[in-house]
Amino acid sequence: MELSKQEVLHIARLARLGIDDAEVDRLRGQLSDILGHFTVLSHVNTENVPPTAHTIAQSNVLGYDKPTPCLATDQVLSNAPEREGDYFRIRAVLE
Amino acid sequence: MIDVKSLTVIEAGKLLKAKEVSSVELTRAYLDRIDAVDPKIQALMTLTDELALAQAKEADARIAGGDVEALTGVPIVFKDVLCTKGIRTTCSSKMLENFIPPYDAAVVERLRSRGVVIVGKANMDEFAMGSSTENSAYFTTRNPWDISRVPGGSSGGSAAAVAAGLAPAALGSDTGGSIRQPAAFCSVVGLKPTYGLVSRFGLIAFASSLDQIGPFTRDVADNALVLNAIAGYDPRDSTSVPQPETDYYGCLGGSVKGMKIGVPKEYFAQGVTLQVKAAVDTALRVYEDLGCEIEECSLPTTDAALAVYYIIAPSEASANLARYDGVKYGYSFKDTDSMWQAMEKTRAIGFGPEVKRRIMLGTYALSAGYYDAWYVKAQKVRTVIRREFDAAFERYDALVTPTAPTVPFKIGEKAADPFSMYLSDICTIPVNIAGLPGISIQGGFAEGLPIGLQIIGKPFAEKTILKLGHAFQQVTEWHKRLPNI
Repeated sequence: MELSKQEVLHIARLARLGIDDAEVDRLRGQLSDILGHFTVLSHVNTENVPPTAHTIAQSNVLGYDKPTPCLATDQVLSNAPEREGDYFRIRAVLE
Repeated sequence: MIDVKSLTVIEAGKLLKAKEVSSVELTRAYLDRIDAVDPKIQALMTLTDELALAQAKEADARIAGGDVEALTGVPIVFKDVLCTKGIRTTCSSKMLENFIPPYDAAVVERLRSRGVVIVGKANMDEFAMGSSTENSAYFTTRNPWDISRVPGGSSGGSAAAVAAGLAPAALGSDTGGSIRQPAAFCSVVGLKPTYGLVSRFGLIAFASSLDQIGPFTRDVADNALVLNAIAGYDPRDSTSVPQPETDYYGCLGGSVKGMKIGVPKEYFAQGVTLQVKAAVDTALRVYEDLGCEIEECSLPTTDAALAVYYIIAPSEASANLARYDGVKYGYSFKDTDSMWQAMEKTRAIGFGPEVKRRIMLGTYALSAGYYDAWYVKAQKVRTVIRREFDAAFERYDALVTPTAPTVPFKIGEKAADPFSMYLSDICTIPVNIAGLPGISIQGGFAEGLPIGLQIIGKPFAEKTILKLGHAFQQVTEWHKRLPNI
């Protein structure tokens, strides 16, 4: 299971994770090694076995459609790296 | 001056109730112990001494008015993954270095309402990813039994705090063993409750289908007492399961004669040392003497559990950690030309190596072309593992295994090889995959280093595993040993 440099860069771009050349090389080796160990999964017969996303079977949780208290605007913005008035200030998405 | 290093929650509660000591006196004694000991082990990320003394005063007023519960006035430590209103919560990451939550996690709320005293937030592996607390972005916590060794992870700070007597109880979180493995390494009791028993509201998410909050204490009786306070339905967590109110402490005691214990043989392979195996064998003889029926059994898909975990957990983590984009809270890198560059740079600087590795692994497993081969396959194998446990629990009341395959390892020993580090959780991971409750109790020592004994129960059978753990502690002394620190 050998990942290419291009694959590592592609995954990093999908994850919006900046990585430098040294990290690309290191992650390439480590991820290839880890994924190599995971071929053990192919030895387990899963024909007609449904996937389990959550172990405790649950039905839908319904709630009343009524307003409940929420955080005040200042609390919501209290950890914002940058704010302008009652808004999060962000960089332009489209320029 | 009260000596707090061996004090249990129950003993502290009795002293407070009888007014032999005030909560302020007790809290000061713990703060003095933290001053003296924590520089050596570095269990705490944030010390909340002023808040603690203010809460202790409030607790004393409550006690004076006769409004006293089992935990009123008792100091406690929270893993830094739990949101605490007005108290910095870092998750041991640079990403959240200055994050001050505007609300409490549900478990913090519950404990505050019972009048506990918060003395600090515990160091951990960044975003709860790791098995040694070496992945903290700030410093490595040391094992109180040997400071050249790791305390386990990711709740290593919480486990070390209780072992070193910095607080009689702490809360941690367990995604693949992060409560039980450090409990074993530090010789304390650590419980991972059934998935859904304890609300995850306000727990900073790592892998949402696996994460569960639980207590660290010196003994099983204390553990049951803390579980009483934190368990219960919470509509704010959609995976919280409504359960009848249960008194876990009240179920302790009485005979365990006739209880059937299965011992899955696969848990004694996969790198389990002879020292650990011998300690577990000795513990099983104790259960035999208590009248339990012991039988070897098999969970044949155990060897695939690690792969299932390291596909599912990073996949969920890659989605959960997408929220750290430098906009709403947390670290933000601004000096770039575009929004995308700012986001990539923010995440490049804000996350440490293990977090990046897992985001990459998860993104890969979920990406087009690989989703069925890795993620869906892992979820199917998860079903197989759960079915094997279900079949075992038709025959046995509980399963007993080692908690960790080895005694605590040296700091730095596994740092260069992520996969060898991942193997540290080999005995605990299957329990999270199946959503079961598991407890680690003190199972013995080898060359002065602790060995943990894991007891696994069927879903919501916390009473059974606590009762078995308590019975063991009534006839053994391992839990009374203290580290020389």
